[in-house]
Amino acid sequence: MVEDRSIGGRIFAAVNFTLLALIALVTVLPFIHVVAGSFTTSAEIAASKFVLIPKVWSFEAYKFIFSTDTIFKAMGVSIGVTLIGTLFSMFITALMAYGLSRRDLDGRNVVNFLVVFTMLFHGGMIPTFLVVKELGLIDSYAALILPSAISAFNMIILKNFFQNIPEGLEESAKIDGCNDFGILFRIVLPLSMPAIATISLFYAVTYWNTYMSAILYLDDSAKWPIQVLLRQIVVLASGMDHSSTLDAAVPPPDQAIKMAVIVVATLPILMVYPFLQKHFAKGAMLGSMKG
Amino acid sequence: MQEVTAQASRVPELKPVSYKSSSELKKRLWRNKYLYVMLIPGVLFFVLFKYLPMYGLIISFQDYKPYQGITGSEWVGMEHFKRLFTEPDFLNILGNTLILFGMNIVFYFPVPIILALMLNELRGTFFKRFFQTLVYLPHFMSWVIVVSITYVMVTMDGGIINELLIYFGFEPINFLLNPGWFRPMYIIQIIWREAGWGTIIYLASIAAIDPGLYEAARMDGAGRLRQIWHITLPAIRSVIITLLILKIGSVLDLGFEHVYLMLNSMNREVAEIIDTYVYTAGLRQGQFSYSTAIGFFKSVIGLIMVMSVNKLSKKMGEEGVY
Repeated sequence: MVEDRSIGGRIFAAVNFTLLALIALVTVLPFIHVVAGSFTTSAEIAASKFVLIPKVWSFEAYKFIFSTDTIFKAMGVSIGVTLIGTLFSMFITALMAYGLSRRDLDGRNVVNFLVVFTMLFHGGMIPTFLVVKELGLIDSYAALILPSAISAFNMIILKNFFQNIPEGLEESAKIDGCNDFGILFRIVLPLSMPAIATISLFYAVTYWNTYMSAILYLDDSAKWPIQVLLRQIVVLASGMDHSSTLDAAVPPPDQAIKMAVIVVATLPILMVYPFLQKHFAKGAMLGSMKG
Repeated sequence: MQEVTAQASRVPELKPVSYKSSSELKKRLWRNKYLYVMLIPGVLFFVLFKYLPMYGLIISFQDYKPYQGITGSEWVGMEHFKRLFTEPDFLNILGNTLILFGMNIVFYFPVPIILALMLNELRGTFFKRFFQTLVYLPHFMSWVIVVSITYVMVTMDGGIINELLIYFGFEPINFLLNPGWFRPMYIIQIIWREAGWGTIIYLASIAAIDPGLYEAARMDGAGRLRQIWHITLPAIRSVIITLLILKIGSVLDLGFEHVYLMLNSMNREVAEIIDTYVYTAGLRQGQFSYSTAIGFFKSVIGLIMVMSVNKLSKKMGEEGVY
């Protein structure tokens, strides 16, 4: 678009830029505050000597949270669930999406409808809980993965992407003696890397952020992923809820420690985010234009 | 997608082969056998974790006992549904749910639209990318992280917000235990986490607008604001309506995690919503049938809302969602 050089246009641009800069600042400030707080002492926080940059640097909080194996274990659970879950979800999502993307498949419309219908109507928390229980998944890591293995939304995005791949490619591979599995893994998937990357990221973030399945299906606190532990340490230990199960005799962890746990639980996302940001914006658009 | 299905349905007409003969169908099914094999895990997932729970909804007409199962439990008809509307507890949580939903529509819904318009007016791709990167980020943080950050910021125990209040000569506020602060905090958290991400779809549809329109408007002497009002906004109208329909369809579906994490014994009066109540009544207190009835009620209302709003929007000449 041509630059608007009139006075009105310039004022508009300046005001717009300033407002956006403020919004961006407000978005990141809370997080910067927490990161900074995790690197200082609780005395420093209590005396409110810092807002964004600590005057006294300290790694005490991190030393403390890594002095027991609780955090390590919860991180391990989350990392394991994220890796295995993402691979598994991607695998069965891609298989289903590819099958449904082929126009000559009899019955694909019925399956399509049944998938879309689950986005509009569902059995709800208790019946799903009962199914998971009947399947014997309570207190197993599989309960964090299987009940949410496919997101109907992600599957449809991928299916639409596959549909846009020229059919000629698939036909020529077939003539060369490839079966459908060969076509999917050797031709269609390599051509779909942007979509695969986007949806893998969506799945990975969902698995990393798993909280609800964990509190529903895991009674054994030794199996908790990092998100549940984070809630125990920050939300419950703040003494807000007197019905909390935490022992009242244990003093709540101090501010710096809480902040350090928040940082640790967010770190993996912050690490992969910059690399994938470009992809997912494109991928999300792709899916949302005609969902 | 619509175009594609139209093409697919045309295919049989183009080929004079009779697809009615069953041997022809068998051949086709056999030729696609690997594709059907591919569908098995996915279909199994949807049957087990989506359709079996729908079947499980029948326990809302029973007095479900875990040891007797669905086949062995006693039928009680509509009893649980009748209880819904006589229980003062339920009317309160329904009210809370509707208030939070209303706040979502009024305070959250317009924000991504405005933000997208502002981002779109930004000249220079570097800053556009930069701001987008920053405002998308919170969407990827779990509600546990968002609520945790809120807790450490607003706590009476040296939280930055209260320190600032004291610094500027105000009394500190106990945000977490004061029921009056639950709703404002709830909506601020939603805006903080979702507003940036919500711009994506609007930006995409703005990008599809013909630049010639803006040029013509400029020739006619329209400033930036008039161009937004007369070109950009009308152009994204159907997207706004579509998203509004989807939002209205999820009227009772506010998201369990967020509210559950903010809920405490002091703000229960305003913070308890249908989802958290289903969890407490169902899993904590073991009232499986009653809470399933609540969930059922919620899902049915959601379905009715989406379908009727969609129909309404079609009548008004808009596209609708499906």
